[in-house]
Amino acid sequence: MIIHHPLLGPRDAQEFTVLGDASLIDRPDGMAEGAPDAFDSYLHLRDNPAGTHRELWYHEAGDRSWLVVTRDTRTHEVMQVELARDVALAAGRGR
Amino acid sequence: MSETGIASLRAGLQSAGISDGTPMRYSAFRLFAEALRGHRGWRPAWRDPEPQAEYDTLVIGGGGHGLATAHYLASRYGAQRVAVLEKGWIGGGNVGRNTTIVRSNYLLDGNEPFYEYSLKLWEGLEQDLNYNAMFSQRGILNLYHSDSQRDAYIRRGNAMKLHGADAALVGAEGVRAMYPWLNFDNARFPIQGGLLQRRAGTARHDAVAWGYARAADRRGVDILQNCEVTGLQIEGGRITGVDTARGPIRARKVGVAVAGSSSRVMAMAGLRLPVESHVLQAFVTEGLKPLIDGVVTFGAGHFYVSQSDKGGLVFGGDIDGYNSYAQRGNLPVVEDVIEGGMAIMPAIGRARLLRMWGGVMDMSMDGSPIIDRTPVEGLYFNGGWCYGGFKATPASGMAFAHLLATDEPHPTATAFRLDRFRRGFPIDEKGAGAQPNLH
Ligand SMILES: Cc1cc2nc3c(=O)[nH]c(=O)nc-3n(C[C@H](O)[C@H](O)[C@H](O)COP(=O)(O)OP(=O)(O)OC[C@H]3O[C@@H](n4cnc5c(N)ncnc54)[C@H](O)[C@@H]3O)c2cc1C
Repeated sequence: MIIHHPLLGPRDAQEFTVLGDASLIDRPDGMAEGAPDAFDSYLHLRDNPAGTHRELWYHEAGDRSWLVVTRDTRTHEVMQVELARDVALAAGRGR
Repeated sequence: MSETGIASLRAGLQSAGISDGTPMRYSAFRLFAEALRGHRGWRPAWRDPEPQAEYDTLVIGGGGHGLATAHYLASRYGAQRVAVLEKGWIGGGNVGRNTTIVRSNYLLDGNEPFYEYSLKLWEGLEQDLNYNAMFSQRGILNLYHSDSQRDAYIRRGNAMKLHGADAALVGAEGVRAMYPWLNFDNARFPIQGGLLQRRAGTARHDAVAWGYARAADRRGVDILQNCEVTGLQIEGGRITGVDTARGPIRARKVGVAVAGSSSRVMAMAGLRLPVESHVLQAFVTEGLKPLIDGVVTFGAGHFYVSQSDKGGLVFGGDIDGYNSYAQRGNLPVVEDVIEGGMAIMPAIGRARLLRMWGGVMDMSMDGSPIIDRTPVEGLYFNGGWCYGGFKATPASGMAFAHLLATDEPHPTATAFRLDRFRRGFPIDEKGAGAQPNLH
C-alpha cells in the first residue's frame, strides 16, 4: 500500500504503524454523565466495517505525524489521506 | 480391471481375513478398487439437504468451530433439529487456511484450563469422529534468546503444569540435539534454549472440518452450504430466526461462529464487538526431505515453522496490522516473516516458496476469545479467536454447545465473557492493552 501523505507525497505503508479506527480522536469527556459507558465503547468496541474505514496511521519512520487514512478494507484501496490534526480541528477539538 | 475381477479379488481378500467390511467405507482395498475404476465410486461423505422452515438451533458459520459445535450439540447434548449455515463451502474459511498448530502453552488462568481441555479432546478426536484428522503430537519448541525470556518461559511452563499440561525446559544443548541446523550463534539472538510441549503438534486442518461435518451429519445435523445469513430476525429483544440466501429459517436459538466475519454478522443484531478483523498470512515451500519433525517458534522475531507430511515447510509470522477483509496480505509482512526465518534458520533461504495466502481473523481487544450470551435473548456469540483458534476447535465447539444447550458457560470457558472489558477482567496474555493489532 502507498500512503499519499498530505505533506510528503507518496510513502510506503511500511513506514507507518496503525492505531485503529479514527473515532479514537473523539475521546469522551471523563467528567460527563455516563462517562464509564462512553469510555467502555470508546476503548473496546469497534464498527470494524467491511468497506470504507477511516483509521489513524502514525508516520513513525517519517515525519511523526498522525494521519487519518480512508481505506477500503475489502480491497486495501486508499481513498483519502488527511492530517489527523486537520480532522480534529475541523471537529472542534483543540485550537 | 473388470467388476467381476474386483469382486473376486474382494472375495479373496475377505477369505484371507482382510475385509473391506460393509460398514467401513474407507479401506486400503476400497482405495485400490477405486483406483482401478477411475475413482468413480466414491459417494459424498455428508448429505446436501434442502433447508427446513424451522430448526431448534442454528449455528452460523461452517468453519471448524461451527461444525464442532453442531457435532457436540448432537452427540453430547442430545440436540435435535440442528442446522449449520455456511456462506460458501465448509472449510473454506480459516479452518482451511491456518498453519495447523495445536498446543496448550498459555499462561493465564482464564485461558490455560480451556486450551488444555482442548488438547485432551484432540487426543481422543479421531476415535470420537471415526475420522483420520492426522493429529500428530510432534511437539512445539518455543526458543528463548535471553535470561529474562528464559525466566518468563519457566513461569509459563509452571503455569501449564499447574493446569495439568506438560512442559519441559530444554537447554541450548538439548535444542542442538533436536535441530542442529538452527542458527545458534546469531550475534543478537543466540539460542539459549526452549520451552518444549511434547503433547503439542499439528493436524490436517481440512480433515478436521470434514470429520466434524460427517459426524454431525450422521446424527442428523443439516449442513447447509451456500447459505449466507443476510439478516437476523429479532422480535421484542428475542431471536426468532434468520434470513439467508436460501430463504428465511425460524429458530429459537442461534449461535454465531463466523470468525473473521464476526462484526459483520453481529452488526445485523445492532451489536458492536470488541473485535477488529485483520489479515494473517501463511507460507508453504516446495516439498523437501524430512528436516523438522516438530514445530519451532523464534523467540526474538515473529516466525514459526513446521513441516507438512508432504514435505513442505509451513511457516508464518505476524499479522499485517491494519483492518482487512481481503483474505490477502501485503509484501512488507512477507519480507518480515522471511527475515525472521533467515535469522533463525538460514537453510530456509535455499527453499523455494510454493504458495502463500491470507485469512481474515477476529482479533479481540485482549487477544483472547469470547463464548457468551448476547443482549439478544436466544442469540449466542463465539469469536475473537485471533490467530489461535484452530487448536481451540474441539473445546470451542464443546463449550459453545454447552452454552447453547444449557444457557450456562462451560466450566473451562467461564472467563470468556463478552462484557469482561467493561468489568475490567481482560485476559491479556501479552499485556498489550486494548489494541487488537498488538496481540
Ligand atoms: C494464516 C493463518 C494461520 C493460522 N494458524 C493457526 C495455528 O497455527 N494454530 C491455531 O490454533 N490457529 C491458527 N489460526 C487461527 C484459526 O485458523 C482460526 O482462529 C479458526 O479457524 C477460526 O474458527 P473457524 O474454524 O470456525 O473459522 P472459519 O473457518 O473462518 O469459519 C467461519 C465460517 O463462517 C462463514 N461465514 C461468515 N459469514 C457468514 C454468514 N453471514 N453466513 C454464513 N456463514 C458465514 C465463513 O464462510 C466461514 O466458513 C490461523 C489463521 C490464519 C488465517
